[in-house]
Amino acid sequence: MALGYSMVYGVIKLINFAHGDIIMVGAYCTWYMMSRFGVPALFAALFSVFFCASLGVLIEKIAYKPLRKYGRLSLLVTAIGVSLFLQNVVQLIFKADPRMFTNFFKGAITIGGRQFSTATPATIIISVIIMTALTLLVKYTSMGRAMRAVSEDDETAQLMGVNVSSTISFTFAVGSGLAAIGSVFYCCSYSQIQPTMGSMLGLKAFVAAVLGGIGSIPGAMLGGLCIGVGESVTRGFVSSKMTDAVVFGVLIAVLLIKPSGILGRGSGEKV
Amino acid sequence: MLSVENINVYYGSIHAVKDVSFEVRQGETVTLIGANGAGKSTILRTVSGLLRSKTGRITFLGNDISSADAYKLAGMGLTHVPEGRRIFRHMTVRENLDMGGYIRSKEDNKRARRDVYERFPRVRERKDQIAGTLSGGEQQMLALGRALMSAPRLIMMDEPSMGLAPVLVQQIFGIIRELNEAGATILLVEQNARMALSVAHRCYVLETGRVVMASDAGDLLEDDGVKKAYLGG
Repeated sequence: MALGYSMVYGVIKLINFAHGDIIMVGAYCTWYMMSRFGVPALFAALFSVFFCASLGVLIEKIAYKPLRKYGRLSLLVTAIGVSLFLQNVVQLIFKADPRMFTNFFKGAITIGGRQFSTATPATIIISVIIMTALTLLVKYTSMGRAMRAVSEDDETAQLMGVNVSSTISFTFAVGSGLAAIGSVFYCCSYSQIQPTMGSMLGLKAFVAAVLGGIGSIPGAMLGGLCIGVGESVTRGFVSSKMTDAVVFGVLIAVLLIKPSGILGRGSGEKV
Repeated sequence: MLSVENINVYYGSIHAVKDVSFEVRQGETVTLIGANGAGKSTILRTVSGLLRSKTGRITFLGNDISSADAYKLAGMGLTHVPEGRRIFRHMTVRENLDMGGYIRSKEDNKRARRDVYERFPRVRERKDQIAGTLSGGEQQMLALGRALMSAPRLIMMDEPSMGLAPVLVQQIFGIIRELNEAGATILLVEQNARMALSVAHRCYVLETGRVVMASDAGDLLEDDGVKKAYLGG
């Protein structure tokens, strides 16, 4: 989930507060397809990815694009607005009650005497695959180069013939599609969805992205892992009430010690 | 090849370019000279589509490009080496070159890269280095090389000598002359008027957003008034 965040931020320097809510929409989308139409899990998930990618592009076109030249603060406020909007629309359609989500990774595996749901290894494997694919995309394809160029200097990128609008749309599509994938895994592990689930999730994904070094893909992955492990350890050894405090505590600590994140590149530049 | 007719450009309420007209013919090197703030860069940015003129018309190779999107011009053979070089600092030298050839095919880029390396051996030596670590002169060569990657018909250069040591300035202007002799048409914006005039065929002098003089570059070098105003006596 942090991947999508980091990606969007990396290209347009926008902290997309609506990211968590896109995750939520993805979850509802998968749930609705499965429970109402009895669509097989895989297709429901794919549909949800497609739906969220389109939603991401739509949000970008309607809410962010007209404001792009007015600076980052207006975009930030708009992003919060979009986040509230999505939450309320979903509440309106599906009501505020939590819904049960059936884990479709059946069975469990036993490692070292402990039982895990198959969802856990599946999450890890698929995350690594996505991370690799993303890294390759950004590093070696011409679209990826264009994304990096736009992120560094959109004006010069235009002079090179890069269509900045479509590059940003593409980034939003990928970022939001990733949100949908994230939502599917989240739901399989936590089996409950509700319209406000996005805020906390989005915030945590954001923390993960910052922790790893915002804009860096492996960084986002690493940050996510740190937070996940940190949460579990706290829950196991200290108290489950402390988890959020620890997550944000870690964020504050990292920002104090290395503001650019674990794998972030320094902002000091030779001019 | 390029003709600009009566353009007026504003930054908010500031009237930066006033009724400017000029043309660049096939095979020429034309320079726009003038002091800081005379509107030179603004004119280039308007031709490139990064800024819009309120009035007038800009045509390139017979096409009206007054309201064309900036990203489409690269494909038409117009390239712009922006002020301050603006290379992609976090990318490698080679990736920068590939960005220059963004609109072209892989094979074309391979060939174009070879040509650029041949022209700029320094750039070849550093091809896998992160561009931000290059020296100023190397960065300028990279910026020029990047522009050449798109096989341009017209190269617009904004202050290529800015911030460079005299030796490097000489070298850059040598390259500009070579490019022109090899058939490129060049529109050059410079504060270093003496150097600019030494490579240009024709020249337009700008003062606070207006063209105040247009002539052959050689005549201008001899002109006493110009000498006083722009060449330091």
